[in-house]
Amino acid sequence: MTLSVNALFFASYRDLVGTSHMAVELSPGATVSDLVAELRGRGAPFDTLPAEPAVAVNRTYAFLDEPLSADDEVAFIPPVAGG
Amino acid sequence: MVHSAVTTDPIDPTSVLERVGSPEDGATVLFLGIVRNHADGRSVTGMRYDAYIEMAEPVLAEIAHEAAARLGTERLAVIHRVGALDIGEVSVAIAVSSPHRAESFDASRYVIEEIKKRLPVWKQEHYTDEPARWVDGTVPPGTGGVRA
Repeated sequence: MTLSVNALFFASYRDLVGTSHMAVELSPGATVSDLVAELRGRGAPFDTLPAEPAVAVNRTYAFLDEPLSADDEVAFIPPVAGG
Repeated sequence: MVHSAVTTDPIDPTSVLERVGSPEDGATVLFLGIVRNHADGRSVTGMRYDAYIEMAEPVLAEIAHEAAARLGTERLAVIHRVGALDIGEVSVAIAVSSPHRAESFDASRYVIEEIKKRLPVWKQEHYTDEPARWVDGTVPPGTGGVRA
């Protein structure tokens, strides 16, 4: 039994990992921090993502200890630069 | 009515201005963010704006409503452009109006400063003689670590 989340990558992070989105399987009870560890543990290019990135879960900014549920949308948010 | 939008279409400042103003108002402020031709000594040829559009729209609406509360009127409009922009093009337009000028200046400033702090938008500068580069940004409040 795993939970699948949809990871999104924007701007410089999309360039780093070479994709805009991907499904990631996590253990039940996983948090954002576990998702980051899972991705970074895959090695290059994912290990170039920061260990403590800004993220949004289901389009709301969230901290690393935010618990995840099946089909959550987790966006990796590079430092923002609008305006 | 408070208006906010994220668009790929060119921004017409006049149409943004037309969304605000009333016979009660003695002040209207229009702020335009413009793509400039230089950054840190480099010659810039254009800017590409990227957005997490599904989140940028509600965040911009939230900023607009917070600013309207400070303004004391609902006469506030903000439009942010995304996509490829040339030098001189408008990247963001903010129009507000109120009975007196202080509230309009304050609300206009609030919108642009909050956009820079927390709108999920990024910009990539393009240069004449070196590779394009994502502009350094700001980590939004409420993320980027563990809960305090």
